[in-house]
Amino acid sequence: MKERTARYRVVTPEGVEFSFRLASPVLRAAALIVDWAVVSAAWSLIAILISLLGVVSMDLAIGAMVVGYFLLSRGYAVFAEWAWRGQTIGKRVLRLRVVDARGLRLSFAQCLLRNLLRFIDALPLAYAVGGVAALLNARGQRLGDLVAGTLVVHEPVERAPAAEAIGAQKHNSLRGQAALVARLRRETSPAEARAAWQALARREQIEPAARLTLYAEMAAHFREVGRVPEELVDGLTDEQVLRNVVDVLYR
Amino acid sequence: MIINLDHFIATERPRWERLEAMLRRLAEDPWREMPLEEARELEALYQRACADLARLRTYAADPGTRAYLEGLVARGYGEIHGQRAARRRLRPWAWLARGFPQAFRRRLGAFWLALALVLVGSIFGAAALAFDPEAKEVIMPFSHLHGDPAERVAEEERRALDGEDRGEGARATFAGQLMVHNTQVTLTAMALGLTWGIGTVVIMFYNGVILGAVCFDYVVAGQSVFLAGWLLPHGSVEIPAMLLGGQAGLVLAGALVGRRERRPLAARLRAVMPDVVTLCGGAALLLIWAGIIESYLSQHHEPALPYAAKIAFGLVQLAALVWWLARGGAAEEKRAAADGARAEEAGA
Repeated sequence: MKERTARYRVVTPEGVEFSFRLASPVLRAAALIVDWAVVSAAWSLIAILISLLGVVSMDLAIGAMVVGYFLLSRGYAVFAEWAWRGQTIGKRVLRLRVVDARGLRLSFAQCLLRNLLRFIDALPLAYAVGGVAALLNARGQRLGDLVAGTLVVHEPVERAPAAEAIGAQKHNSLRGQAALVARLRRETSPAEARAAWQALARREQIEPAARLTLYAEMAAHFREVGRVPEELVDGLTDEQVLRNVVDVLYR
Repeated sequence: MIINLDHFIATERPRWERLEAMLRRLAEDPWREMPLEEARELEALYQRACADLARLRTYAADPGTRAYLEGLVARGYGEIHGQRAARRRLRPWAWLARGFPQAFRRRLGAFWLALALVLVGSIFGAAALAFDPEAKEVIMPFSHLHGDPAERVAEEERRALDGEDRGEGARATFAGQLMVHNTQVTLTAMALGLTWGIGTVVIMFYNGVILGAVCFDYVVAGQSVFLAGWLLPHGSVEIPAMLLGGQAGLVLAGALVGRRERRPLAARLRAVMPDVVTLCGGAALLLIWAGIIESYLSQHHEPALPYAAKIAFGLVQLAALVWWLARGGAAEEKRAAADGARAEEAGA
């Protein structure tokens, strides 16, 4: 069995790398249930409209119902995924999307094939074949996805980042100290700077006790590598010291 | 190097938002023709976002910004590189007149194999019935075929003479049921190509067994004309459609097995996918027609409808189908081959 990964990385011919977050089987099942509900609801409305044909001919109405249900149940996912860039209503609700495994746009053939093969994945019941195939596949692909070259990914809302993510320091006792700032920048590796920035940006996600310890250790580290004079940080909390350091590192 | 993230975000954010808006507009209207200026701007913004992502990954920390940019770059990549293949409008007539027959001919080997399987199954079905007439009820799944063919023909012709129409008031329902059932069987034959073709082979063979047994039963009973008049009008389309499903399944199986192929599995599947889908689409279309014919024409018998007329209809239909599949889009293929040869000569 190949190792399962939560993300699938694509490297473009230009060498740009981006990744997709693979959808979990639970989310996919939930999207499927929503889609079943949508098809059922849509069919109950369409069936009423088709039954009006009974005024002309009951035979025609029943024939249209037989074909209509087949088209709706088989065609809904195909056309929704094609028209809405890999999304059905269920996938939209659960923030899932079908994407081409190479990162390209989905083609109609891909949408059609992955949905035509769905019934094989659904065998013998409750998507057992598709579930086992997805478990054995590092990218979580059911058989239909494997053949069509598609993946189902999770797309959480990503808003455009705001500037001033950690807040500008109005007063910073280190700012005027050119030699000290130069030393701090020289002695601090990008990884250390990133860690400090992260520690502040994720302030609310860290438990208070752990946060105090983390900030104390980081502040001590930067005071040591930057040889920060005591009078510049006298009376400041460890968090304030850390904010001042990050401010001068990134500004 | 440590980059000033706030300054970086403040500078680049308007470009990211512009790119996001352009991508959103494209997603909302997949058919929109983009003016050249806009296409250039889209590409420039995409390249810039790629560079920003690379810079951010190397020098800065913020995972939120990185995730946002990765999403933007992924969408932009799909739009820019997937454009040519995916953005073409559907052209039903071109597909029908050229695309479908060309796909059929490209995969002709799989069609012959599907046909051979049905023929072998037919011979087996006929032989089984010849050696053991009691096997009829096991081989034929339809109860109306279990009786004596001569009795059935006599009964059908008596009804036709009396003007009795069993199907009256239910023809559209019957046609709909035939369309759905036959399409499901054909798509199953295609989908079972995933079992390395074993399932497709079984379905083709089994359908051949039924066909062979029915034909043998009626021919031995001296009812060949009735059989031809009953089967040909819809069978001349329905049976080729089923063979197309088998052909698609065998093409899929061929890609899975990958004999004498150096390409990886994903590339092999990608290469056959358009033809598999086209063959399925063509088969489904034929089955809609076959369902209508079977319900509205095949069930009428002499003296209401002469067998000669039904047989002639079936034969003409079969000839038209063969002509369509053999000749459709052939001129374009020939022209493209000639252009290719000319280009090769010029290159040499």
